[in-house]
Amino acid sequence: MTREAIQEAVAQALASVAPEVNAQAIRPDRPLRDQVDLDSMDFLNFVIALHGSLGVDVPEADYTQFTSLRGAVDYLAERLKGRP
Amino acid sequence: MTEFRMPTLGADMEAGTLVEWLKKPGDTVARGDIIAVVDTEKGAIEVEVFNDGVIDRIVAQPGQKVPVGTVLAMIREAAEAPSTVAPAVTPPPPEPVRAPRRAGRASPAARRAAEELHVDLATVEGHGPGGSITIADIERAASLRTPPAAPVARSTGMRAAIGAAMARAKREIPHLYVATTVDLARPLAWLAAENQRRPVTERLLPVALFVKAVGRAVAEVQGIGGFWTDHGFVPGPGVHVGCAISLRDGGLVAPALHDVNTKALDVVGRELMDLVKRARAGALRSSEMSDATITVTNLGDLGVESAYAIIYPPQVAIVAFGRIVERPWVVDGRVEPRSVVTVSVSADHRAVDGRLAGSFLGAIERTLQAPETL
Repeated sequence: MTREAIQEAVAQALASVAPEVNAQAIRPDRPLRDQVDLDSMDFLNFVIALHGSLGVDVPEADYTQFTSLRGAVDYLAERLKGRP
Repeated sequence: MTEFRMPTLGADMEAGTLVEWLKKPGDTVARGDIIAVVDTEKGAIEVEVFNDGVIDRIVAQPGQKVPVGTVLAMIREAAEAPSTVAPAVTPPPPEPVRAPRRAGRASPAARRAAEELHVDLATVEGHGPGGSITIADIERAASLRTPPAAPVARSTGMRAAIGAAMARAKREIPHLYVATTVDLARPLAWLAAENQRRPVTERLLPVALFVKAVGRAVAEVQGIGGFWTDHGFVPGPGVHVGCAISLRDGGLVAPALHDVNTKALDVVGRELMDLVKRARAGALRSSEMSDATITVTNLGDLGVESAYAIIYPPQVAIVAFGRIVERPWVVDGRVEPRSVVTVSVSADHRAVDGRLAGSFLGAIERTLQAPETL
């Protein structure tokens, strides 16, 4: 799976929990929670949406990888390595 | 024959606009069925029926603004003969309707789409089965419309409604406050272990533990869950925990999660997520709007360490959870870093003394220390 496809999936998952957010405007290297109003339930729904679209089950211990958009995409790319 | 009246939709809601009937005269209904949809400042609310029977007659018409307590329809018992003469009911005079409209039939999904896109259903021509309005119809209407309608009205109305209820609470209710800091080492370790072996779709949040613990404590400590009335405190018919939910575009609702004390933690967690989803989509049910016997608010995600909330009348207590923080904590005579949370109870002093509020708080803390029993 290409990095662009992962980025798109992340943007869609984010839009599903925070519809008011313009994914293009998010700085990928800055903390996500500073830019998007996400509570713990929103975040769980975000992770559930990613599980639905990418088939990746993110364990709680790995939530720290999701502090920025870039971190999230890096992490997912690593987990998806080798998958078509 | 029973009068089916506009239910109360919470202390801050006096009326709603009838959007549509989901049942027609002659239809059989069972207690809990959703039979109508009402539009309010807090979103569309699905109105449930309170008893089994057959719809005899529709009294209120779509488009009508209906005050709480107004007769909406007449429901007869299944064995009863249909009425031939109009029964002698005198509904309170309906308030003048600003823009009378008769919305076509639309699925809940289409209604939600209409709400999100600020499309007035009455202006949409339906192309679905039987002329019903589909999501595609809504989207077409939204794309044709110029300029887009501003979503100002609802949040303004909601602010006014919240303001009125909270002003009344502060005016009438002598609040007392008790608070404590609870060591969460055990419950969070248990939760982390649980979540590690669960798929992501079944993971539990700390807030599910909080809500469940409050439900358990309400069942254990008499005199906290219920309502203040002209005759004093009346215990609630069940343990229905109102959950304060902030809406993404501003505003607040506190719908009830029913029978929390008898539901498994998994169920509470799942229903809580569903409740938040529906609150934000504007698809709550009438019973959820009115029958909470206590409320829980959880501002921890906003970085708030402790909060003291205002009671939502006619309830007599509200529990506020702050942020889970790491603090130095004394355990067995030694200082250790521990995850802790500040929990406060605001109680109506007309119904509750400090001692009772304190034992309720103690019951919440004790329950949280035994997460495996939740």
